[in-house]
Amino acid sequence: MMSQRQIIQGVMSMLRPLLLDVVPNIQQTAALALGRLADHSDDLAEAVVKEDILPQLVQSLASQNRFYKKAAAFVLRAVAKHSPELAQAVVACGGVDALVLCLEEFDPGVKEAATWALGYIARHNAMLSQSVVDAGAVPLLVLCLLEPEIALKRIAASTLSDICKHTPELAQTVVDTGAIAHLAQMILNPDAKLKRQVFSALSQISKHSVNLAEMVIEAEIFPAALTSLRDQDEYVRKNVATLMREVVKHSPELSQVIINYGALSGVIDYVNDCRGNLRLPGIMMLGYLAAHSENLAMAVIISKGVPQLALCLSEESEHHIKAATVWSIGQIGQHTPEHAKAVATAHLLPKLLELYMDASSSEDLQAKSKKALKSILQKCTYVPGLEPLLYDAPSNILKHVVCQFSKVLPHDSKARRLFVTSGGLKKVQEIEAEPGSALQEHINAINNCFPEELVRYYTPGYSEALLERLDNYQLA
Amino acid sequence: MFCLLRVLSQRRLLEDTRQRENQVATRIQSWFRACKVRAYLSHLHKKAIIIQKTWRGFTARARVRQMVKAAYFIMKMNFYEEMAVRIQRRWRGFFQRKYIHNFYARKSYLQGVAAKNDLLRRELDELKKLQRRERDCLAMVKEQEAKVYQAQRLHHLISTKQCPGVFNSPFRQAPHEMELLLRQVKYQVPTRLAPRGRARPQGIPSPTALSFPGNLGSPWTKTSRTCCSRPVLSPITTKKQQVMTVKVWTMTDRWSVNVLIRFF
Repeated sequence: MMSQRQIIQGVMSMLRPLLLDVVPNIQQTAALALGRLADHSDDLAEAVVKEDILPQLVQSLASQNRFYKKAAAFVLRAVAKHSPELAQAVVACGGVDALVLCLEEFDPGVKEAATWALGYIARHNAMLSQSVVDAGAVPLLVLCLLEPEIALKRIAASTLSDICKHTPELAQTVVDTGAIAHLAQMILNPDAKLKRQVFSALSQISKHSVNLAEMVIEAEIFPAALTSLRDQDEYVRKNVATLMREVVKHSPELSQVIINYGALSGVIDYVNDCRGNLRLPGIMMLGYLAAHSENLAMAVIISKGVPQLALCLSEESEHHIKAATVWSIGQIGQHTPEHAKAVATAHLLPKLLELYMDASSSEDLQAKSKKALKSILQKCTYVPGLEPLLYDAPSNILKHVVCQFSKVLPHDSKARRLFVTSGGLKKVQEIEAEPGSALQEHINAINNCFPEELVRYYTPGYSEALLERLDNYQLA
Repeated sequence: MFCLLRVLSQRRLLEDTRQRENQVATRIQSWFRACKVRAYLSHLHKKAIIIQKTWRGFTARARVRQMVKAAYFIMKMNFYEEMAVRIQRRWRGFFQRKYIHNFYARKSYLQGVAAKNDLLRRELDELKKLQRRERDCLAMVKEQEAKVYQAQRLHHLISTKQCPGVFNSPFRQAPHEMELLLRQVKYQVPTRLAPRGRARPQGIPSPTALSFPGNLGSPWTKTSRTCCSRPVLSPITTKKQQVMTVKVWTMTDRWSVNVLIRFF
């Protein structure tokens, strides 16, 4: 009974001499078989590496015809896709240089296979991407972008995206070859998969620094990119939203440029339409926008961002999406009382409190909701929004709520009346605070706004005190 | 001797009075000298007072003059400062309200953002509608093409004078649409296995991508075609046809680009 490992070794050792066969068709088919085996699982890929098949392939890549090159590139791709170590093995035996040579071929199929392999190598980490770039692949990839075949364009864009995503230097190298202009031209192409890769590449470039983001914006992709927000393909929409998020997060000026094209309505409609993880870039974009300045936060509010975020919070069940939504809400509400009022009128404060108190929320979600709640509460002067929080809040949140009440009530008589009739004063009296703490000072400040009889009426135990007085009363 | 006694007693008497007279004379003289000195001292005092009075008046007046000058100066400076404060207050208010935090600019900016949002939303909705219409149109055309192709392959099922065909059952009120199609389509000798949608031999209606299908009517309307790739040469036996190749970009993309150019 042969073990799987033995089977694998047997197969590999049988395929290996076939690679050196006289008949070219056999060579090609053997290479194709190896590629398919390696593609299937990483054990097989490791076996391919261990059997020293790769150096052989790489050497013969230079000399053979285009079908063999395609098959060999397929093998390299299949090996490199599983893990960084295997990709490193491919690089170590000179695979990258051979693939770059393939990129200079005429046949688009060969170029596509070589580009795909380079993409899978560069995907894993920065070092491997650097080795791809050092072999001089980037100008050739940009030339591939200009080819008429759609499949080649797709895969070239995807490879550029994989190279750029690791470090700013790599992104700068790609940008220096003028990739942005070519990518920008392909935005209005009708092919959905191409658009996916193009937007992904642009967003990976722009995520690293302000300069790169500015260069992407200068290529005038907006407003044309906004039409892709209503594309049929959901991943195109997601990648456009990701691009906008990466551009917006750097500076207020860039955000301003995007907002001036009306992007806010696009993003909010996008968040409305999709579900689950696809919403995340849209939500984070709103958060980054609001974080810059209160103008932009107000712009988000008037574009009806807050009800949309409230909807997201109630619909989504995953904690990381909820955490992102909570963070965005915090950024929107933290600037001025107007912003806090907009958040409070959407009944978000009790929800935030609930998320904070819920034991089943992840730690990240709890921490974020606490931070958001605190920052909004410090600016909130909207009394009907603050009231529900009096009842359930723990003491560290309660002191902020009471502090806000103590600021608002001395000046507003209608609010005082409302406070009494809705039972807020009663609740405040029931709060136990250590004398001398800040909470007690705020409670005193609130009590000073009301006549003494009212305060005494609502103190707990007042009915017992009255009954005691009744007992001691002597009819004169 | 008696005269000596008289003299001695006189002298004794005189000696007694001499002492007293001396004393008195001394007293009178001392009193007089005192008066003289007192007069001299008072004279000196008076003159000293006059000098001191004049001097004090002089210095006091000089000081007062100085104080008046200083008070005048301070009064002027207060006035200037108050005026300067007024100017600065006005300027600071103006500058803040115009450049640092311009309320009306912010208000109009937010209104502008809302307007742009609405505009973009409308444009995107229109775009979506247009894209859907185009997709529906393409789907319809494809369907029609498929039917015509079917009809071509099934031409032999057409009903003859003698014998009604499969699609023209005598129990039906009217012939089936397939029957009508079979009657309309001209029989074409099948060329090489051309994959559907690529080569377009004559007789199959071409997709009208430049004009909307208000009337997809007759299947052999010879309209301008769009070909995805190389132009197809018609067979030699049939009439020549105009073949126009148009770029790949369909209408929506051109429209959307136009919209956006106009938009901004």
